[in-house]
Amino acid sequence: MTDTDWPLWEVFVRSRRGLSHTHAGSLHAPDAELALRNARDLYTRRGEGVSLWVVPSSAVTASSPDEKDPFFEPAADKPYRHPTFYEIPEGVRHL
Amino acid sequence: MTTTPDQDTALTAAALALGDDALVLSHRLGEWAGHAPVLEEEVALANIALDLLGQARVLLSLAGDEDELAFLREERAFRNLQLVEQPNGDFAHTIARQLYFSTYQHLLHTELAAGDGPFAPLAGKVVKEVAYHSDHAEQWTLRLGDGTTTGHTRMQRAVDALWRYTGEMFQPVEGLGVDWPALETAWLERITRVLHRATLTVPDGPRTGAWTAGAGRQGLHTEPFGRMLAEMQHLHRSHPGATW
Repeated sequence: MTDTDWPLWEVFVRSRRGLSHTHAGSLHAPDAELALRNARDLYTRRGEGVSLWVVPSSAVTASSPDEKDPFFEPAADKPYRHPTFYEIPEGVRHL
Repeated sequence: MTTTPDQDTALTAAALALGDDALVLSHRLGEWAGHAPVLEEEVALANIALDLLGQARVLLSLAGDEDELAFLREERAFRNLQLVEQPNGDFAHTIARQLYFSTYQHLLHTELAAGDGPFAPLAGKVVKEVAYHSDHAEQWTLRLGDGTTTGHTRMQRAVDALWRYTGEMFQPVEGLGVDWPALETAWLERITRVLHRATLTVPDGPRTGAWTAGAGRQGLHTEPFGRMLAEMQHLHRSHPGATW
């Protein structure tokens, strides 16, 4: 294997109709069209998906680990925000 | 479907021809494992190889015992096109071989799937697989041809080098009921379109007659094929009947 300067792409797979796209991993490809095809070969070869998105990794803005506390800590002690106080009706699977 | 013994023989021969094409090309593509330019492309080629191996298993099973046919036949008994046995060469050669063969396979199986012959059910499945193979080859032909100077030079060299193996694809295979001249016209149109888009020149060398390939279906093969078979068959021949 030789190094290439191909950009990195993030791959999102929708496993079934009605579900949302989920991050599956990343890959290298020279352009978006080939990134889509590489994603098909790398992430859906066992029938995992019905739809694919590829996004340049450089387009992702990530939260910083340093900001973890101000970002996420305050949510921990507010149980009334969680949907734990009522029962989920039978037959609702993807709530 | 009831068939006469003559028809049976023709069907077996056709299954062998198409099955050997798929088997031999599958092995060639498998040779890229561990050597492809990038990991992503290695998986892509391996996927295509596995599709072809699946096709070969079904087709060879129609003609006899798949393992015996794959591993115990001599070179002269193989009925594949000389195109598919050609060595991988550089990546451009592999892509040119894929472009020529997957376009042919796509057109052929589209026609078989539309008919009511014994290969129609299999062809329906093959068309979907091969549509992807041909898309993969076209995408790479465009990028190599219309990319850097090195890519363009190498891709042109590859399409030129393999051109003389492409006439053989349209020698009629008995028992398939295909309009071969129409298939060839459609193939030439599609290849011309792709090569032009890729800023490549359509090779002007001969595709039939002297100095071209033409006898793979009769069991005559090119020199590299023997070495490929030796590698493909030696394990099975060294350990007859072994299981794991």
